[in-house]
Amino acid sequence: MSRSGKRTWGKTTVGVLLTGIMLFPVYWMLNVSLTRDQDMRKSPPDLFPVHATLSGYRTVLEEQLPYLGTSLVIGLGTVALTVVLSAPAGYALAKLRPRGGGVLGFVLLAAQMIPGIIMAMGFYAIYLQLGMLQSVPGLIVADSTLAVPFAVLIFTAFMSGIPGELLQAAKTDGAGPWRTFRSIVLPMSRNAVVTVSLFAFLWSWSDFIFASTLVNGGAHEPITLGIYHYIGNNNQEWNAIMATAVVASLPATVILVLAQRYVAAGVTAGAVKD
Amino acid sequence: MSHTTRVPHRRPAPDHSGAAGAAPAAPPPARRRPSSQQWAAWAFLTPVTLYLVLFYAYPLYRNIDLSLRNYTVRSFVQGDAPFTGLQNYRTVFDDPTFAPALLHTVVFTAVCLVFQYAIGLALAVFFNQHFRLSATLRALFLVPWLLPLIVSASTWSWMLNSDSGIVNAVLHAVGVDPVNWLTSPSWSLISVIIANIWIGVPFNLVVLYSGLQSIPAGLYEAAALDGAGPWRRFWSITFPLLRPVSAITLLLGLVYTLKVFDIIWIMTKGGPAESSTTFATWSYQLGFGNLLPAFGPGAAVGNLLVVAALVFGLVYARVQRKQALS
Repeated sequence: MSRSGKRTWGKTTVGVLLTGIMLFPVYWMLNVSLTRDQDMRKSPPDLFPVHATLSGYRTVLEEQLPYLGTSLVIGLGTVALTVVLSAPAGYALAKLRPRGGGVLGFVLLAAQMIPGIIMAMGFYAIYLQLGMLQSVPGLIVADSTLAVPFAVLIFTAFMSGIPGELLQAAKTDGAGPWRTFRSIVLPMSRNAVVTVSLFAFLWSWSDFIFASTLVNGGAHEPITLGIYHYIGNNNQEWNAIMATAVVASLPATVILVLAQRYVAAGVTAGAVKD
Repeated sequence: MSHTTRVPHRRPAPDHSGAAGAAPAAPPPARRRPSSQQWAAWAFLTPVTLYLVLFYAYPLYRNIDLSLRNYTVRSFVQGDAPFTGLQNYRTVFDDPTFAPALLHTVVFTAVCLVFQYAIGLALAVFFNQHFRLSATLRALFLVPWLLPLIVSASTWSWMLNSDSGIVNAVLHAVGVDPVNWLTSPSWSLISVIIANIWIGVPFNLVVLYSGLQSIPAGLYEAAALDGAGPWRRFWSITFPLLRPVSAITLLLGLVYTLKVFDIIWIMTKGGPAESSTTFATWSYQLGFGNLLPAFGPGAAVGNLLVVAALVFGLVYARVQRKQALS
């Protein structure tokens, strides 16, 4: 027993080392975000933030708050739109056996494969004609296309697991499909709602391609464009850029800490049956 | 929310719903007499079907339309661009960028896939040994995948900076000359490949790890009793039994990697001198990257990408269905 215990600690050491290597860029982002202006071009760079300063973060507070607010609104809007559209669809595909449901499932799978640049160009052409460029609702709709097919697949997979007897019992008690959906299926699918919401939020928060084509130069731009403009202006204040990047990573970090099991569930459900 | 977005969708529905494979949705009631459950099912599916038609099929259609006409900014607004058939595709094929972009797309996709898969598999096998902290460390590995791409791309840009980047500082410390990672045509593609592998490893790790979970531990015990070492056990048990999951992982990775845009655009804009241009960045460059946009050729390049993605998507769907049946 003690021998195997020692071996596990050896593996743990290797594991920590590998994780350290993998996460080095994340550490470096933090380190640079805390670097003073005069040390930015130092060679070699300091490996640790010995003269840590928060001036980069002060710049974020002064210049990036509106971008962060816009991203938050867009993220929440995308979540709402995605859940409202895909939860009923998941229920129908999982439990009501619609004719043509297989085709719809296949269309959803194919929809996930379409490159973002194609969607962006199509949306650009449509929004230009409708005068909807540089509008937040327009970007919410575009961002939701990143999540809806995935969300329907997740809901379908999850709701398939709800016992049929339960739904049958509700039917016997006189509940219609809508009532059954609202008071039984939806409450039981809380985990799926959480998973879908997390991913929808994260994807719209991280979206760059729709933002840069559909709302570039508008009054309300998301944080990804905030960072992009920072880099694009040939800005030398990399501490401010990296501080913005750290702040933009916060949702991902929070989600990983609070809801890791939902994340892993989402990754695998998208790829592997069961 | 649901109301404001749903109401305007209703109107164009009748002319489109047939196109999206939704034809069985509303058959004439007299002929087929759908059960009430059928009606309910499609009532639940109507929003998402309309959504697919309006926000997938229609943009795709507009994109094909773009690629078949000679669009300018003016005719874009007025909608009177002349129909030019396959002229845009011919322009694209004859463009001196075509061959390099094709080569870069293939190299980028292939190299990323191989390394992401190999590293992901090695890590999955390693983490499958369940040592102390293994679950926590495995969770931390997800971080690169969850970060917004602009965050990863800008971090890598600064790390690979020729003068002040940490990578060149480390190389200098071990006596290697500095490399112009992002500004030299011979290194830019390698740089974006490195960054993209870093982003793709977590996905491979998680999916392959979940695949490993389903291999019965008894097999390993039996093999160990027969005297098979770890290397032998990997090649005669793990690898063959993981083949279905591997196929899915690689195919999905292929489709995702083909359309990678953000990383390359943010790090190098496809340059210098188009040395890291792929179809995705070239399409964007044509449509949005210049003062005078070339929407037609841009859409044409994009459509070539769609065809490639859908071909591999079909393969993926077939493989998945086959696995579901078996």
